[in-house]
Amino acid sequence: MLSSLHWAVTAPFLSAVAMPFLYKYVRRIHLGWFVLVVPFLLFLVFARHYPLRSSMEPVVRSVPWIPSMDVHFTVHLDSLSLLFALLITGIGVLVVLYSVFYMSKERESLHNFYIYLLGFMGAMLGVVLSDNLLVLYMFWELTSISSFLLIAYWFQRKRSRYGAVKALLITVFGGFAMLLGFMMMYAATGTFSIRGIVAAADRFADHSLFLPSMCLILLGALTKSAHFPFHIWLPDAMEAPTPISAYLHSATMVKAGVYVVARFIPVFGGHMEWFWIIVIAGMITLFWGSFLAIRQVDLKAMLAYSTVSQLGLIMTLLGIGSMALDPRLSHETAMLFSGAILAAVFHLVNHSAFKGTLFMVVGILDHELGTRDIRKLGGLMSFMPISFTLTIIGAFSMAGLPPFSGFLSKELFFTGTLTAFRNLDWWAAWIPALAWIASVLTFIYSMMLVFHTFTGKHKPELLDKPSHEASAGMLIPPVILASVVVALFFVPNAVSRTLFEPLMHTTLPGLLPPGETFDVHISHWHGPTTELMMTLAIVVVGTFLFVQLSKWIGLYDYLPGKWTLNRLFDLVLSGMERVSAKITGTYMTGILRHYFVYILGFMIVLTGGSLLLQNAFVFDVSRNADVELYEYAIGVAIVVSAVLMIFSKSRLTAIIALSVIGFLISLFYVVFRAPDLALTQLVVETISTTLFLLCFYFLPKLKKDIGSIPFKITNLIVSIGVGVTFTLIGLSALNHRLFEPISSFYERSYELAGAKNIVNAILVDFRGFDTMLEIVVLFSAGIGVYTLIKFRSSRRGDR
Amino acid sequence: MKFTDVILQTATKVLAFIILIYAVYVLFAGHHNPGGGFVGGLVTASAIVLLYLAFDTRTVRQIIKADFKWVGAAGVLLAVCTGCAPLVKGEPFLSHSYIDARLPLIGEIHLATAVLFDIGVFLAVIGTTMTIMIGISEDE
Repeated sequence: MLSSLHWAVTAPFLSAVAMPFLYKYVRRIHLGWFVLVVPFLLFLVFARHYPLRSSMEPVVRSVPWIPSMDVHFTVHLDSLSLLFALLITGIGVLVVLYSVFYMSKERESLHNFYIYLLGFMGAMLGVVLSDNLLVLYMFWELTSISSFLLIAYWFQRKRSRYGAVKALLITVFGGFAMLLGFMMMYAATGTFSIRGIVAAADRFADHSLFLPSMCLILLGALTKSAHFPFHIWLPDAMEAPTPISAYLHSATMVKAGVYVVARFIPVFGGHMEWFWIIVIAGMITLFWGSFLAIRQVDLKAMLAYSTVSQLGLIMTLLGIGSMALDPRLSHETAMLFSGAILAAVFHLVNHSAFKGTLFMVVGILDHELGTRDIRKLGGLMSFMPISFTLTIIGAFSMAGLPPFSGFLSKELFFTGTLTAFRNLDWWAAWIPALAWIASVLTFIYSMMLVFHTFTGKHKPELLDKPSHEASAGMLIPPVILASVVVALFFVPNAVSRTLFEPLMHTTLPGLLPPGETFDVHISHWHGPTTELMMTLAIVVVGTFLFVQLSKWIGLYDYLPGKWTLNRLFDLVLSGMERVSAKITGTYMTGILRHYFVYILGFMIVLTGGSLLLQNAFVFDVSRNADVELYEYAIGVAIVVSAVLMIFSKSRLTAIIALSVIGFLISLFYVVFRAPDLALTQLVVETISTTLFLLCFYFLPKLKKDIGSIPFKITNLIVSIGVGVTFTLIGLSALNHRLFEPISSFYERSYELAGAKNIVNAILVDFRGFDTMLEIVVLFSAGIGVYTLIKFRSSRRGDR
Repeated sequence: MKFTDVILQTATKVLAFIILIYAVYVLFAGHHNPGGGFVGGLVTASAIVLLYLAFDTRTVRQIIKADFKWVGAAGVLLAVCTGCAPLVKGEPFLSHSYIDARLPLIGEIHLATAVLFDIGVFLAVIGTTMTIMIGISEDE
């Protein structure tokens, strides 16, 4: 039975169905108001599970989906899932509210926008709530697809389409790798359930597939979370409408990778490979993202690189925290490492809040002023005081300054990197050093965001519209997020005990004896520690560099423009397209007869060949019934009309001869007492003859002498080959009984399906799924034919 | 297709109905006797094709106002929905059930959800066949 949690995952998909109708019939009200209800109610559903305690068992609800393949739609709500679910639905509410004012009711096709958005929301909830790996993978790819659709929402723009394809290719590539990793996990542990794999983690660690599956899963997580060198898709994804950038590409979807890493820490944590891959990838991403962010002139691109960098930070912390599970460490050291997990989740929440604020403010600038180019903006402080305040809160929190929540998590981050350094060798000093450099760079672009936009000289001549503050509706969501940023600074422990503490228990199982709890007290003042010195140094050096920015920004011009990752991506992609087009071009000639030769040729070689190799041809007439005279007559008639069809000079004769064959075959069915087949064959023959006659009008005049001699010989060989192969199969099929026939099962159709007609019972009941997909295919083919014809005629009409 | 054949038209007026009634019979008989949604759909389609052959497109459009693309889509949707219905009860996708009921006037009757699914197939087949037929015949 489906539980309320299952309904929570499916609710966004189900409500998406209503969107086109609401859009069509309720045009007066902005569609977003209806959508708003969904995340709001879901938020309440998930909030009911809050607060959590580490002693609480996770909520698990399971529905068998494909039980024969160990696929169960199991929803699993623990502290980690709950944190993400609250983020997804909570920020979802704010983003939808913001989009009501951002997306124009008159100009945009809102139903598409909200269907994709709801699809994403459901898929993302599915990712964080699924316990079954295959179900998780399905939702994972659904988030990629909805992200693709949302990036390409303004598909008239070339940049949007490019960004969408890039994001899809990179994230789906990672998704495939992850699927492979999941399959290896299944091979090693025999279960698709994450809880089952965590329970079997010790056994799995000795398996030869342990390391490959770890690498593949990390590949999936790192591509999704835009890590170096796969980060290149995220800046291009900024072509999406700003609410989407705030929601998918900073607050939720890009954190799916973080989620997967956190989820698998109980399995892989404590292994040096896991630690080093994550920390190296995370640190490079952190540095490279913040380094490139400074160069951006587009505010959204700057925020995109900043998101890349911050994701690297969170990932690094998870990597450091996972070391707590290393059995060689003493308990005290392990507890020090575990602090990094707390820092990671705390920063994850902070980042969602302050980055959401900043994206929304940039959206406001774009919406109200018509540009987000930092060179055109400036001096907006007096025109947009609220946006200015919001930017200060968001950017200062990102830079790690008090009194904003980013200060606390930045301090915890430094503690984490210093812990890693102190407990590893001296050369691990690069971790805190690089962290410090990246933080200086972060400080600089955060200041640029505030001061280059809102202070300095106002340039109204460069703006499309007069500068003014946004409407209240657009300001409310970022104001809420910004108050969260401030509130988290003053009362960080409000959530740390009720959410973060149980989360650490989930992520680091078995680290503490039962009954004990982690120390999750986040304090503002630790005394004059190294961390504080580092922050002070950041402010001093950062301020100096920010003031002197114009002197050294030119250094970026020395970066080789030719050897970028983006260029590599484009080259590889176009190269692959060229090669595959060349290969395809050699055999896809566009001539149907060639395709027939391929298909039939393969069939002869494979089936006929295996018939020969297996020596399977057995022909025994002793058990056959006598052939009656009228059966001979029908057979001869079929042969005659077949020959007539080949040698007829007119196409009409050929069509009629072909249909005669069909009708004679249905006569055979009657003789052999197969009324269902006879009936179907008769009607199919009627319809297809009519269809043939309809097309007949358009076909070119029949020419018998086309084609060279070799061409005709090939045709002859292929047609004789097909005939011979099938005759042989038909003759020998009677004499083989490799397996017990399954027909005896179907004979019980009346007790099993309540139907006396076995054929129909098979079609609609026993093999109903086949039939359902068949009619889907049939109908798609019909629509395909229709579109081909209509598209062609409309094109012709244009000319 | 614009020609007037009085014999064909007169015969069609009678035949089309006989074929259509037969199609409905075939559809519902499918549960216990030869027939079913697929054949029923094809028989129906052939009756409509006969109408198209005997009369011109505009006349048939006036008789049958349905857009066959929608008919096909409705069929597929019906089949999918019949498949999904058991999920609400917690049973696997596409599991069918049936009851033997006694209705006034009709008497003993065997009601099965498989028939609903079959009607979906029936509509999908009509929709697809007619969409292709009309698409090709209307192509100038």
